[in-house]
Amino acid sequence: MSVEAWTWILVILTFALYFGIAIWARAGSTKEFYVAGGGVSPLANGMATAADWMSAASFISMAGLISFMGYDGSVFLMGWTGGYVLLALLLAPYLRKFGKFTVPDFIGDRYYSNTARTVAVLCALIVSFTYVAGQMRGVGIVFSQFLQVDIVWGVIIGMSVVLVFAFLGGMKGITYTQVAQYCVLIFAFMVPAFFISLQMTGNIIPQIGMGGTVSDGTYLLDKLDNLSTQLGFKEYTSGSKTTWDVFAITLALMVGTAGLPHVIVRFFTVPKVKDARKSAGLALLFIAILYTTAPAIAVFARTNLIETVSDTEYEQIPAWFKNWENTGLIAWADKNDDGKIQYVTGAALSSKKPVFTEERGQYGQRLISNANMSTANELYVDRDIMVLANPEIAKLPNWVIALVAAGGLAAALSTAAGLLLVISTSVSHDLIKKQLKPNISDKGELLAARISILVAIIIAGLFGIYPPGFVAAVVALAFGLAAASFFPAIILGIFDKRMNKQGAIAGMVVGVSLMLYYMIVYKTGLIGVMDPRPASEWWFNTSPEGFGTIAMIVNIIISVTVSRLTPAPPKEVQEIVENIRIPSGAGEAHAH
Amino acid sequence: MSTNKATKYWKENISYLMILLLIWFAVSFGAGILFKDALNEIRLGGFKLGFWFAQQGSIYVFVILIFVYVRLMNKLDRKYGYDE
Repeated sequence: MSVEAWTWILVILTFALYFGIAIWARAGSTKEFYVAGGGVSPLANGMATAADWMSAASFISMAGLISFMGYDGSVFLMGWTGGYVLLALLLAPYLRKFGKFTVPDFIGDRYYSNTARTVAVLCALIVSFTYVAGQMRGVGIVFSQFLQVDIVWGVIIGMSVVLVFAFLGGMKGITYTQVAQYCVLIFAFMVPAFFISLQMTGNIIPQIGMGGTVSDGTYLLDKLDNLSTQLGFKEYTSGSKTTWDVFAITLALMVGTAGLPHVIVRFFTVPKVKDARKSAGLALLFIAILYTTAPAIAVFARTNLIETVSDTEYEQIPAWFKNWENTGLIAWADKNDDGKIQYVTGAALSSKKPVFTEERGQYGQRLISNANMSTANELYVDRDIMVLANPEIAKLPNWVIALVAAGGLAAALSTAAGLLLVISTSVSHDLIKKQLKPNISDKGELLAARISILVAIIIAGLFGIYPPGFVAAVVALAFGLAAASFFPAIILGIFDKRMNKQGAIAGMVVGVSLMLYYMIVYKTGLIGVMDPRPASEWWFNTSPEGFGTIAMIVNIIISVTVSRLTPAPPKEVQEIVENIRIPSGAGEAHAH
Repeated sequence: MSTNKATKYWKENISYLMILLLIWFAVSFGAGILFKDALNEIRLGGFKLGFWFAQQGSIYVFVILIFVYVRLMNKLDRKYGYDE
């Protein structure tokens, strides 16, 4: 059977499963809609959190990014897992004890201020929208690559699926679909990894195979280091970023992870404080399975790629190369007219993406008009294809290739659903119920939640179909924004009893503004007004991706200073803080 | 009396947090970043040790840390009668 037939079968089967769960887990009250009734088991919550967390970026892009970054890719590995330690130790148990529905709920009550609540809602919306746009795009890409469906239709299909289980079931529907999606995505990620590891190193466990030897007896990593340096690349196991920048980016990603509202809110769904702790541990365990495999895949894929293409005649190249060339994710310009592919260091193109002329060259290759003739590198490879093409490169059976498509969809849809729920809750609960119309009935609020999820899905879909140029750049910075806003406000709210509303609001406003300012000046620029400033002008040699660390520190300093200069929080609030520090009695807090 | 108990519980909790976060920092920012080059002189099979910590080891330790924390806190909750 062809890859396409297999892909259709697997996609239809998994979608049918998600629909079935959605119908089974309909939500009847706002409590079910927002926090799945607070009755999710730690194991289910751990899986759901893992699926919620691992997005199209984790599944499709991360291993590819690492395979091109080598050691520098460690920032994602440590950053996106280490945050769970902070989450488990510093946030999840206390927020669960607090026992409301959303992060702005906590900020609003802890800082006895609707201004603080509104600032938190705005931060939640900014973070979630930047993030969800990338997911919808991911869905579109999987559909267009594997099923030859137009990206627009891919996004529309993806949106409809999310709509069904998020609209009907709210958090309850999302939770149980995410459990299923975790199983699909981890199976899809691991099967090709086992195959490739066995093929290359003789060891089926990729985490061990990565440190193993290849057929000629040398260690795989040594071999890759040698291949890389021969072609003029940096040694794979050492990086090119400065130690400080690696430090800053890792910390920003960790803290950002712990501050992402769609992750935090998952810990409101378990019955007790001890369940919140345990499910954070299980979540990280489930995440770690993928996150320790990804760097192994990166090494396998990089070695395979170099060995397959380097100095190979275009006419001898395997079919996968030409397939991906046809989709525009690989491009080759025969700069020295020898008919062979030279893959060495340097930018192959004079701009980011290849510009194809409609003609074919003498070997049948697609001609491009923007080859960068000042370098010897002839090959452009889009990083996203490393995971998608890996099974093909390793000549795995068709069903394994198709599995990757189903896994990528599961990863993108589960994350999108979690984010959309945060967006809709922010509107229906934090804005409408808590501020605009406090005496709205439970039924009315549920309707408002469903309408806002519908609107959010449509907006997210439009972002996916017409991606504004800044989306890709901004998704990574969503972490910086979360690090600069929520994380300090929540941590200080729990650990510093003296923290008051003036301090927290000042900290969040300054932190987010500073982060946005730095992002615009050094990363995105303002379209039509200014281009991003060069790296040589970075503050303290910190990249925009790592700047969340500095913005967070500024937030903390401002919060603490301002709070000490203004009156202490009222007694009731200090009692809330004392209360959340004690784990027992979390069940009843929900009913208030 | 109960506030006294709560304060003691909180203090013990904080000291656990300090120790666990110290390990968290040491394996990732320490072994994986700041001291990576020195550790890379040591080999763990095909891995250079600093590189291994950055891409594998730190993640394993993170998982273990959370489960240790869960055990410690469950014990602490029982000691103070806060378990349920």
